[in-house]
Amino acid sequence: MYELVTGPLAWIAFGIFIIGLLYRLVWYIRGLNWQLDRVTYSENVAYGIKGALRSIFYWLLPFGTHSWRFYPGFTILVFVFHICLLATPVFLTGHNVLLLERWGISLPSLPEGLTDLMTVAVMVAALFIVLRRIALPEVRNLTKPNDFLVLGITVAPFLTGFLAYHQVGGYDFWIVAHVLCGEIMLVAIPFTKLSHFLLFFLSRAQLGMDFGIKRGGMKNKGMAW
Amino acid sequence: MPEGVLCSKQVVDTKEKLNALLADKGGKQYYSEMKQLDVDGKALWATMEKTCKSRLRTWLEICAHCGMCADSCFFYLANNKDPKQVPAYKIQSTLGEMIKRKGKVDNDFMHMVMDTAWSKCSCCNRCATYCPFGIDMGVMFSYVRGLCFAQGFVPWELKIGSGMHRIYNAQMDITTEDWVDTCEWMAEEYGEDWPGLEIPVDKQDADIMYTVNAREPKHYPEDLAEAAILFHLAGENWTVPSRGWEETSLAMFAGDWGACKIQVESVYAAMDRLKPKRMVVTECGHAYRATVIEGPYWAGIESGKTPIESFHYVEWVAEALRTGKLKIDPAKRIKAPVTYQDSCNYVRNAGLADCAREIMSQIAEDFREMRPCKEHNFCCGGGGGLNGIGRYRRERNIGLTVKRDQILATGAKLVVAPCHNCWDAIRDLEEVYEIGIRWSFLKPLLLSTVVVPEHMKPRNE
Repeated sequence: MYELVTGPLAWIAFGIFIIGLLYRLVWYIRGLNWQLDRVTYSENVAYGIKGALRSIFYWLLPFGTHSWRFYPGFTILVFVFHICLLATPVFLTGHNVLLLERWGISLPSLPEGLTDLMTVAVMVAALFIVLRRIALPEVRNLTKPNDFLVLGITVAPFLTGFLAYHQVGGYDFWIVAHVLCGEIMLVAIPFTKLSHFLLFFLSRAQLGMDFGIKRGGMKNKGMAW
Repeated sequence: MPEGVLCSKQVVDTKEKLNALLADKGGKQYYSEMKQLDVDGKALWATMEKTCKSRLRTWLEICAHCGMCADSCFFYLANNKDPKQVPAYKIQSTLGEMIKRKGKVDNDFMHMVMDTAWSKCSCCNRCATYCPFGIDMGVMFSYVRGLCFAQGFVPWELKIGSGMHRIYNAQMDITTEDWVDTCEWMAEEYGEDWPGLEIPVDKQDADIMYTVNAREPKHYPEDLAEAAILFHLAGENWTVPSRGWEETSLAMFAGDWGACKIQVESVYAAMDRLKPKRMVVTECGHAYRATVIEGPYWAGIESGKTPIESFHYVEWVAEALRTGKLKIDPAKRIKAPVTYQDSCNYVRNAGLADCAREIMSQIAEDFREMRPCKEHNFCCGGGGGLNGIGRYRRERNIGLTVKRDQILATGAKLVVAPCHNCWDAIRDLEEVYEIGIRWSFLKPLLLSTVVVPEHMKPRNE
């Protein structure tokens, strides 16, 4: 079973993830239209690039924008969640050992105690995100079952990985479940709201170009995000 | 009844149709016909398939339902944080649903969409600056307005307004003769006090072509005279076009994209005809947004820029003060506490916040910023055409409370509002809530603080 999920299924999952995102990328860019969007994407290019980069940069910076500063508690949740979510699997000793075994390459690894803590951070942050979703009327009213499902898909690899690492119950069961959950997440990325993995950057760049080219970027220092 | 006599999917492009609409006081018959209006779901979906492309669809799809747009919206704040006023909810329940149902929506649904698009969003675009994904619900509601307009679901006043643009190339029934007469009248009337004062019409190759809001010649012609005096004092070589003088676009508020194009092309034609070096637009926010920011796209100009460089009035004033063409007399500066209303259309959506500060630092001794301000300022409460729609007066007045509280917090007694919509909203705010403030455009304040050289002084002084 372990061979199956880390072998052919892993290839399929990564394949769908990459091809799916490439499709998203091409579809997004091909669907942009200077006249409908009212942004001259291929004119005033320098302003467009500047606007796009500023728009991405300030929003990647914790407390970098008015909005992040307006909601400090949620901002901390969002950044802890996303940083740990992305960094943990990449710099995890276990993953790098596997990479080394299979392909003879590996990335630097973080201490296991730290990645363990980061895994817990993802789960705790997710828990608070769920509580916030239920507690705040303005968020609850927006919430659809899908929002919980997508969060569940995202957290599942961390929960199962955590259980496997600490060998709660049977390691063999949890490790297979962990790999499967990871694959489900990869496959889900192009097809769900998780596509913001890529589309965050595209959408931010687009609005950045809008402000950089048309809405003031040519007349001021750039939008004060 | 598929189409009403007054309320239909047809545009208003003849005086007969326009007069019939105008005769229907308050749009009584118009709105009652709207209740029977059929929705052409096929046409609606065909339009959406053609125009609702990756940018809008991605916005709708990736919205994380996080609610960070909630507090950015003045309607949400003014309505006791009603969850139904959260921008994400408003757009998902309208445009989001229309896409989900592939355009198969009924009359009731379209009424709900119309009420949402015009009475719960002023297209101020503030939410766009609070969404981590950069989802601009103002842009989407402007798009929704276009869908509504094409189906005949548009507030009565805006159907009239867009018709005016189609027939008169102006938001009001002002003919070329009316306009030129007003220019001559004002030049003559104020020329007695200001020797040498001119309002040159159709002068070729001037440095500045000045363009206005139709309300000025119609209701406040002294505004035109004040502009003329200030150009005169600054020694500008300027002109107004006899045709193509109107900058505003109720068509933009209505979502009548065809009329938008007709309107801005009339201004661009004046540029081509008179060949001025640049254009200066009067103190109006949406006029500048329509003709300078969005207009080139409606007209299909690939550079995205107007045929000649275009300035908002605050840009011209800031430049005139910077270069010394206009000088402020320090003794005449405004003593009372003053605040400034940043217009969404030329500040958040065109980046002119600094011009306003340059001007205020010169004319006011006690200038107080609203909080938030500049790009993050709240809409006055009357933007997006809302001031002019009788059907939504109650909703508009509730929305005004955010601006009221912002002004009160500054302690200012005078609000400078170089935008017709903001000016109107603040006037109405005072009328409804009586907080004891005055409001003003820049021109009268400049005239009362500017240094007038001896030889130019009014004769009666």
